[in-house]
Order: sequence, then structure tokens, then C-alpha cells
Amino acid sequence: MASKALNLRWLTHVVIIVIGCFMLYPIFWLISSSFKPAYLIFSDVRLWPAEVTLDNYAKGWAGIARLKFSTFFANSFIIAILSVIGNIIGCSLAAYAFGRLDFSLKKFWFALMMMTIMLPHHVTIIPQYILFRNMDWINTFFPLVTPKFLATEAFFIFLMIQFVRGLPRELDESATIDGCGTFRIYWRIILPLMVPALITTSIFTFIGAWDDFFSQLLFLNSADKYTVPLGLRLFMDSSGASSWGPLFAMSVLALVPCLIIFFALQKHFVEGISTTGLKG
Amino acid sequence: MKLIHLYNNEHNGGTRLSNVIVKPRGIIPSFKRLWKKNAVPYLFLLPWFLGIFILTLGPMVSSFYLSFTQYNILSPAEWVGIDNYKKMFDDDRFLKSLKVTFTYVFTSVPLKLSCALLVALLLNKGIRGLSIYRTIYYIPTLLGGSVAIAVLWRKMFGLEGIVNQFLLNVFNIQGTDWIANPKTALYSIVLLSVWQFGSPMIIFLAGLKQVPLEYYEAAQVDGANKMRQFFTITIPLLTPVILFNLVMGLIGAFQAFTQSFIISGGTGGPIDSTLFYTLYLYMKGFAFFEMGYASAMAWILLLVIAIMTAVIFGTTKYWVNYGDGGK
Repeated sequence: MASKALNLRWLTHVVIIVIGCFMLYPIFWLISSSFKPAYLIFSDVRLWPAEVTLDNYAKGWAGIARLKFSTFFANSFIIAILSVIGNIIGCSLAAYAFGRLDFSLKKFWFALMMMTIMLPHHVTIIPQYILFRNMDWINTFFPLVTPKFLATEAFFIFLMIQFVRGLPRELDESATIDGCGTFRIYWRIILPLMVPALITTSIFTFIGAWDDFFSQLLFLNSADKYTVPLGLRLFMDSSGASSWGPLFAMSVLALVPCLIIFFALQKHFVEGISTTGLKG
Repeated sequence: MKLIHLYNNEHNGGTRLSNVIVKPRGIIPSFKRLWKKNAVPYLFLLPWFLGIFILTLGPMVSSFYLSFTQYNILSPAEWVGIDNYKKMFDDDRFLKSLKVTFTYVFTSVPLKLSCALLVALLLNKGIRGLSIYRTIYYIPTLLGGSVAIAVLWRKMFGLEGIVNQFLLNVFNIQGTDWIANPKTALYSIVLLSVWQFGSPMIIFLAGLKQVPLEYYEAAQVDGANKMRQFFTITIPLLTPVILFNLVMGLIGAFQAFTQSFIISGGTGGPIDSTLFYTLYLYMKGFAFFEMGYASAMAWILLLVIAIMTAVIFGTTKYWVNYGDGGK
């Protein structure tokens, strides 16, 4: 009986690992191909290449037609970091008001905010494009970053409200007695206590902005403003069969920031997803 | 009494003292009172107000208006009534994009949720190393939305890609170019979506942890086998989580864009077999500059999503189990 249970347990592990390897195979293949010389990429199936080279990385990083890949990375980082700052400021201000303060029409505004969570971007994107075009913001980072400062990603507001509601009210009350104003309570008490929610927000905002393709495709149109996703696409379209190696190498680099964040902040990831159902 | 009540409200709970002392200040002009109550909270909400009016509600009204016009951004919008909506039903590419999107949604979402549930069940057996396994299975979801993975997919399923090499070496079958073949191109994108079942899996795992162990013990005492336990305990108690994953999955799938754009090289090809709704909308709006038509398409998309969600919520009373045994 005991040995049967033990065998079953081993079997479960084996099944899980086999499926897991199968799932990760494409990514391993991508990484392995990025180190292979061009003539081996599609003829050598083995994950451990017969011949290892860094040529692909050197060629890819040098970029195409005077455009260095480092430019794309710098642009992506600027956008992603500004997006994170924007979401933290904009959403936490709104979340504090909804979660803690009392004001007229609160229920109405709250319901409106909740409704925008599920709204497809497409019903607003065309007028937004026209608006940004009239402001001469096309081909700048403003259309990508400004909306975050204006808390348009209601999802994160909701996430923070849930968190704020869980904080003991006595803290605010004693701070009020000590003479703290509303803003100081937000800044000195609520915000520091909200750090876990802020981390979750930062993670998903960063990854969202890093992987965002649709908005960047719309609003950025000169190659010196291109981000990593646009750079990869440019690379793919303009390169022949011979340069799959550099393309794969740059694809690997494009995945690295997300992987680092994921492994550094795993706990927040799982909590963020299981408590809020983030990111489908 | 009313005065006391008002006064207390103003003080937001107030101190106990104010319960007994009624001051004439209780009848301060209502404007002043409103200002006092609202000035600070509304200041906190200022960024959000700017966002919702300038970037959400304003554009929604404007997009609704544009959907009844012909507009190419260069010349003023021209009112055409419901022409855009009528035109859609004669537009073969529009109908094709609907078909492609529905096929994608109705294949990728059920498959993705099934994989997520199966793996979650497998991981929920109290085995060691759960967090490592969970990490491994989440990695495709973490990376899958990126252009980098779409590029990889395009090459993996190409004529010389590893999929065909695998088929050739293991089963001795010569595969086709999955991406260039109109019959299979869409399903390679479906597969890419199913591969990313990590989020629903984590949500299922959280749901499975909520199922009280006593239920299984009681069922075992009553002689119910594993299969029976699964269908009479696990599944019913998991229905709220299934509902959540289903709705989120559908809403996300209807808006899929990046993967089809990259894999088809921005064309929706071969012969429109991967022309997703949002890709066609993008083409109409930003390649052909038929912004009125594209706006109308956006509203139809919203309508379709709203109807689907409403239908699902309408059926919940038949299959979703809330709380303890239908009290």
C-alpha cells in the first residue's frame, strides 16, 4: 500500500516534469539557436549546439542601418519606467480617495471606474489618436506615458482600493488626532503600508509596457523612437533568411528584463494573480 | 433630530460630545458644507477625473459620433448615418475577420482553461516543489505576449522549423509550412494562446486550495470514488472560479492582436486566414484611414463582448455554485 502511494507520487512528479520540459522547449530552442552559427540553426535540432558563437549577439546589437539595438532598449526602458511611476502616483491617489475618504457621488464614480476596467481599448483609441495628433504628440512618448499618470488603468486602482480597505482605520484616526492632514496621511501612512500592492502594480505595469505593441505601433513612427517590440518587428521584416541568428539573439535579450523581474519578485506575482486574476 | 443627524454626518462619525450638543452651526450653507466635505477627496481624484473625461468618456462619445460619419483625419467628418454599420455586412473581409475571431475565441479559450485546470489538479496533490513547478508553467504566460515569442513561433512553425523537424525525425512525416498554409495558420496562433495557460492555472490553484478537505473525507466514507468526487465536489465548488476565468479569457481573446500581427507579418494572411477583428480594425483605421468605419467596428466589438458576457452571466444560475449548498 505504502509503496503504491510512493510510486504514484513519483509518477506525478515525472508527468509534471515531462509536460514542463515540453512547454519550455520552444524557449530553450530560442536561446540555443541564438548561440548557433547561421548554417546550424535549422539543421541542428539538439539544444546544446555543436558550435557556440556570440556572433549573433554582436551583429544584432550593432543593429540595422545605423540604428543600434541599444536605442530600442533605452526607449523601452524609459517608457516602462515612466509608466510604472505614472501608475503608482495616479492610481494610488484615486485608490486612497475611493478606499478611505467620504465624498459626494462616491458610489457613482466608483461604479464608473469599475466599468472602465472591462472597456476594450478600441472604442477610445481612434479619438485618442486624433487628440494626440492635434497636440503634436505623435512620435513622442507622451501618448504612451501620460495616460498612466491620469490613472486610466482602472484595474490597478481597484487592486489598491482592496488593499487600502484592509489597512486598520485606527492608524488614520490617531494620525488625525496628532494633527496630520489628509495628504500627510496618504503620504506618510497609507502609501508606505501599500507597498505590496504598489509592487504588484509596478511588476504588471512594467511588463505590460515592455510588451505593449499596439499603442507603440500607433504612436511611434520614426525608427529612432522605436522600442524593443517595434525594433524586433523592423528586424524581422527587413532581414533575409540569413539573419535569423541576430533576430533570435535580440529576442532573447528582449525577454531578459521580464525574466529578471519575475524571478526576483516571484511571490508578488503569484499573490497578484491569485488575488486579483491579473493578466489573462 | 434631523439637525443632529446632519451635524454628525458632516463630522464623519464625529465625537461623542456632538451627539448631545446641538450647535447652530449645524445649518451652515449647503455649498460651504459640500465644499468642506468634497474639496480634498476631489483633489485626490483629479488625475483620475482628467483621465476618465479626456481619455475615456470624451473619446467614447467622439468615437460613437465618428461611427456615423466618414472621416479620414485630413478632411472634416461627414455624416453618413448608419451607412458604416450597413456596409459591414457586405464587407467580405469584415465577415471573414468575425469568423476568424470567433473560431479563435471558441477554440483557444476552452482549450486554455482545460489545460489550466488539468495542470492545476496535477499540482494540487500536495506534492513537493509546488512553487518551482508553478514557476515553470507560468513562464510561457510571462513571455508569450511579447513580439519576441511571436517571432519565435513564426519560425518554429515554418517549413524548416523545429515542429517539422520533430515530425520528420520522430514520425517520419513531412509537415507543411504551418504559417503559410491557410488551413493551419490560425491554429498555430491558437496553440500559442493555449500554451499561455499560466494565469488561469494559478487562479484555479488558489480556488482548489479553498475546497475543504472534509468534503472529500466525507465522500470517501460514503464510498464515492475519485472520479465521482471530482464531478460532485471539485467541479461544483470551482464553478465561480471557472466563471471568472471564462469571462476574463473571452474578453482577452476577442481583443487578441499582437500575435496575429507579427505571425502574419501585419497582413492577416495567408488569404485572410488570420485576419483577427482587431487587426482589421487597425488596418481600416490606421492604414486605410477609414476612421468612421473603424469606430463603428470598435462599437460592434464592444457590443459582441457585452452580449457574450451577459449571456454567460445569464446562465450562471444553472451552473455556478455560490456559497453553501444553494441556501
